[in-house]
Amino acid sequence: MSNVTPRPAPLNRSRRDLLKLMNLGGVVFASSLLRGVVGCSSDAKDGQAAAGPRSGTARGAADDFFFLQLSDPHWGFSGPAVNPEADQELPSTVATINASAAQPDFIVFTGDLTHNTDDVDVRRMRMLEFQTITSGLQAPLRFMPGEHDAAADAGAVYQEIFGQTHYSFDHKGIHFVALDNVSDPHAMLGADQLHWLGSDLAPLDAQAPIVVFAHRPLWDLKPEWDWATPDAAQAIEILMPYENVTVFFGHIHQELHHTTGHIQHHSARSLAFALPTPETPGMRTPIPWDPNHPRAGLGYRSVEATPVSQEYKLSELPIQTGDGAP
Amino acid sequence: MKSPRALLLLGVWAVAACGTAADDSAPSDANLQLIKIAARRWTFAPDTIHLQQGVPVIFEITASDVHHGFVAPDLGAHADLFPGIPERVRINPSKTGTFYFHCDYYCGMGHEGMEGQVVVE
Repeated sequence: MSNVTPRPAPLNRSRRDLLKLMNLGGVVFASSLLRGVVGCSSDAKDGQAAAGPRSGTARGAADDFFFLQLSDPHWGFSGPAVNPEADQELPSTVATINASAAQPDFIVFTGDLTHNTDDVDVRRMRMLEFQTITSGLQAPLRFMPGEHDAAADAGAVYQEIFGQTHYSFDHKGIHFVALDNVSDPHAMLGADQLHWLGSDLAPLDAQAPIVVFAHRPLWDLKPEWDWATPDAAQAIEILMPYENVTVFFGHIHQELHHTTGHIQHHSARSLAFALPTPETPGMRTPIPWDPNHPRAGLGYRSVEATPVSQEYKLSELPIQTGDGAP
Repeated sequence: MKSPRALLLLGVWAVAACGTAADDSAPSDANLQLIKIAARRWTFAPDTIHLQQGVPVIFEITASDVHHGFVAPDLGAHADLFPGIPERVRINPSKTGTFYFHCDYYCGMGHEGMEGQVVVE
């Protein structure tokens, strides 16, 4: 599958054009306030940010920027009934993103980069193929595992190729944290990681903007479908004192928005196949491919962080084919 | 191979005592119906179990190959399943309906499909 040729995509689109053209059928969702962003105080006027960073906030400038959240590409997945073109979606998306004149500040993949296998050699091969394809993206990349990548071997092969499974970084005034709730066979965050999370956040002010990336939901969305993290409540307890926390996650292969106290959670669509809504009775059966609406429910997300207007704008973007049609 | 229904019938008998219980409240576990469930990659057998509302039972679940889990969130039942070691959970079916259970310990590429249902009538 590493030799798949990406479908051609139109060239020289601006970011606005990209969002406009790719947002067919998508929505824009205004999310968490960004009070406390470095250099952007509540008394800033006319778009002018207050000068100078405050101690205890994430380091960096408070420029507007956007990043992309891509999730659950499941490279290596084969299931003609739910997506007969599953091996095309990732290369197509890479080509489409690269065709945009304006590139995101970074692209984060929120897990299940590859489809699971019990064969460690196949697992490694899929991850290397995924790495090869995504290395063509022009923007900086951030990865994190899903249970399909890491649960079989506690993330051993994933770490060989992609590095740490949990980490943090600062970008333009926002503190980003990637959590690993997949490497443990029980899908626990675990005491060590929870301790690390508390230590990582400790230097921050309560108003510091924090974005958390996780694969699984950090609340009991639907435990009977394994849509939960058993010790998520402990992570939420650690995050709760911080006033500006937003969580982006994957795993459930659909757009969903939820609030835990003041913490907002947003799941992204999959690049491979769609799953039913949590309200659906019965088993968690993937949604069959509809030839009349190919790629319905698939896609990815643009997140525009705009400190001046103090919000994240989420744009849900469908996967496009080379002819410009979703 | 016996059908899941046959396994269910074979697995039902009275027991004098039980170990792990999902609910320790009265009545006691003595003389409760015992339902044996086999867990292996990537099935539970039986995978559909019919219960009567208000009649508590004991599930005895045994993994035969690798480490599995058993969780029925809406029935308050959970067990870690180590190969060859039967684990018992008490089920108090207080409401009618269909309640799902699954393996919650990652056990390989078919893990996501290792699930079943309890139908309470």
